[in-house]
Amino acid sequence: MKPILEVHHLAKKYKIKHLSGGYLSLRERMLTAFKPGNGKAEDFWAVNDVSFEVQAGESIAIIGHNGAGKSTLLKILSKITPPTKGKIITRGRMASLLEVGTGFHPELTGRENIFFNGSLLGMKRKEIEAKFDEIIDFAGVEKFLDTPLKHYSSGMQLRLAFSVAAFLEPEILVIDEVLAVGDAEFQKKCLGKMEDVSKSGRTILFVSHDLAAVEKLCPKTILLKDGKIHMADDTGKVINHYLHTKLKASVSRELTTGLRLIEFHLGSDRIVSNATIPFDIVLEHDGDRPVINEFCIIIYTLRGFRVAILDLRNYANQFEYIENRVRITGSIVKLNLVEGEYTASLHYGINFTVGEASDLASISVSDDCNTSVRKYQPQYRGVMELDFKVN
Amino acid sequence: MISNLTQAQEQQEFVVDADKRRLFDFQEIWHYKELFYFFTWRDIKIKYKQTALGFLWAILQPLLMMVIFTFFFGRALNVPSQNLPYPVFVFSGLLLWNTFSTGLTNSANSMINNAQIIKKIYFPRLVIPVSSILVAVFDFMMAFVLFIPILIFYQQPVAFSALWSWPLAILVTLTATLGPGTLLAALNVKYRDFRYVIPFLVQVLFFLTPVIYPVSMLKYPVLQYVIVLSPMYAAIELFRYPLTGAELNSTFILLSLASSVIILFAGLLYFKRTEDFFADFA
Repeated sequence: MKPILEVHHLAKKYKIKHLSGGYLSLRERMLTAFKPGNGKAEDFWAVNDVSFEVQAGESIAIIGHNGAGKSTLLKILSKITPPTKGKIITRGRMASLLEVGTGFHPELTGRENIFFNGSLLGMKRKEIEAKFDEIIDFAGVEKFLDTPLKHYSSGMQLRLAFSVAAFLEPEILVIDEVLAVGDAEFQKKCLGKMEDVSKSGRTILFVSHDLAAVEKLCPKTILLKDGKIHMADDTGKVINHYLHTKLKASVSRELTTGLRLIEFHLGSDRIVSNATIPFDIVLEHDGDRPVINEFCIIIYTLRGFRVAILDLRNYANQFEYIENRVRITGSIVKLNLVEGEYTASLHYGINFTVGEASDLASISVSDDCNTSVRKYQPQYRGVMELDFKVN
Repeated sequence: MISNLTQAQEQQEFVVDADKRRLFDFQEIWHYKELFYFFTWRDIKIKYKQTALGFLWAILQPLLMMVIFTFFFGRALNVPSQNLPYPVFVFSGLLLWNTFSTGLTNSANSMINNAQIIKKIYFPRLVIPVSSILVAVFDFMMAFVLFIPILIFYQQPVAFSALWSWPLAILVTLTATLGPGTLLAALNVKYRDFRYVIPFLVQVLFFLTPVIYPVSMLKYPVLQYVIVLSPMYAAIELFRYPLTGAELNSTFILLSLASSVIILFAGLLYFKRTEDFFADFA
């Protein structure tokens, strides 16, 4: 059987103009027409020679750092923007969800918005009518159906938006990071809905930063890097590799004159709640052995909330001093962080310079799945789950 | 179930190829026919939401304009009106002119107004300017309801055998609107300068189109030829035909039609050529 989606050597070039604003003004265009060379643009390949195939019923995730070309790739697949080179063949009805609630208008009522948005997403009027009750039931907004959307709370708007999208029935569903919003309860509902979709033999192409969701929904994952496919394999392998490269990202930076941080490792391939996490930090110095007064690893949430501290001040005499290097190794005995994304920084006071080197490593913690009780969503649990005993 | 699904997939194969660009795919546009309805429906709803008078505005506007023009041009300046009562003459012109000017303005701004949608969802982009013109057609129908009592009030005889020219006039209006409408819509996405050009252009065209005066009023034949090149000339003349009963000047009509057809092709071609890149520019 032929694959449901074939992508051949896809590439997309953007011209980056350094001077102009978002759009061209006629004056600018006329000026550059008379002064060739002045308005020279730089070529930028957002997607570069990407090829892959998706079989019917297979779900694939696309991950990668910001700027790796995920969004551009999705835009091309959704036909929103044409490729500069290459070819896409789809065999089946395709719907893409790059955003929920596209075309929602504050002046229209909930009912009116359902029809307009549904139609935009490619549903026929009859289909919307047939699924109307299910949609409002899923969203839980039946009381406000004839109220203009502007009077809805943002949560309600979002629920309504996702509900319309949830009842799309394409053979290929392309989804961009749309689950990153909404309250936990509803997110769970949406994930469940998406699982149903993938189990019913339809194909999902899923872009997300939520690696847990990726693991749940897609057996295979493509890792994009600089517009190219860096790796395409089973999701577990790709995610491991991705997290590894993320941690290995170059951290080398100067902390104070003549002293550089050259390595900063925290954790191994995958970090699971409550596991023991090794760390390994290497400094390089010119001249004399540095005087380390303060030295702490600080963990933040992605929103910049300070979560935890590893105070290493008193252990400076246990650091390894070899030639012009200082090495600090050890481990966090038990990382009782709730699953989610965190970053690590280094707070230091060395040779009378105090400072903080931030975002040295990103820590993606997954659930350890070892309790018999079904856990609450991470949002409800906070950032740390405490050990306890009941007497 | 699954085998049915796969059969359906084998049937429809869709290819996006960077090396092959298609011109208008009418089959695809037909597939999206409901979207024309939904865009038009949405725009009409939004237009009259939270207005106390609602749809009445579509009637009040041409009515007030008719009164003003009648007062200044009909009474004060004594502008001839092809033997029609001046209010009938000017209202019949305004009916179509308003459709054109509203449709043109709407469609010229339509791509920018819907930029958020264009960036996130694919559908044939032509749906947007066409629907925004259909909104103007809705206003036309509202105002047309008022046109009948005006005809009765002024006891205007209507040649029923010539009524075929009314639907034709509407068709010509749509052609005349769609051409510059799509052209300006596409240009506006690329160069926002056109945002300022549009009201000015509509104003100029208004005086260059025989809406409030007849062509015969112009003394110089050269000037007449310039005026009839306005795409709306043919539409308005055809619309007044059952009322005036005067012989149609076929040269003038054909010139005007040719002008709107040429602009239509230019508009559609340019729109199609730039359509793919709207999402990048908008």
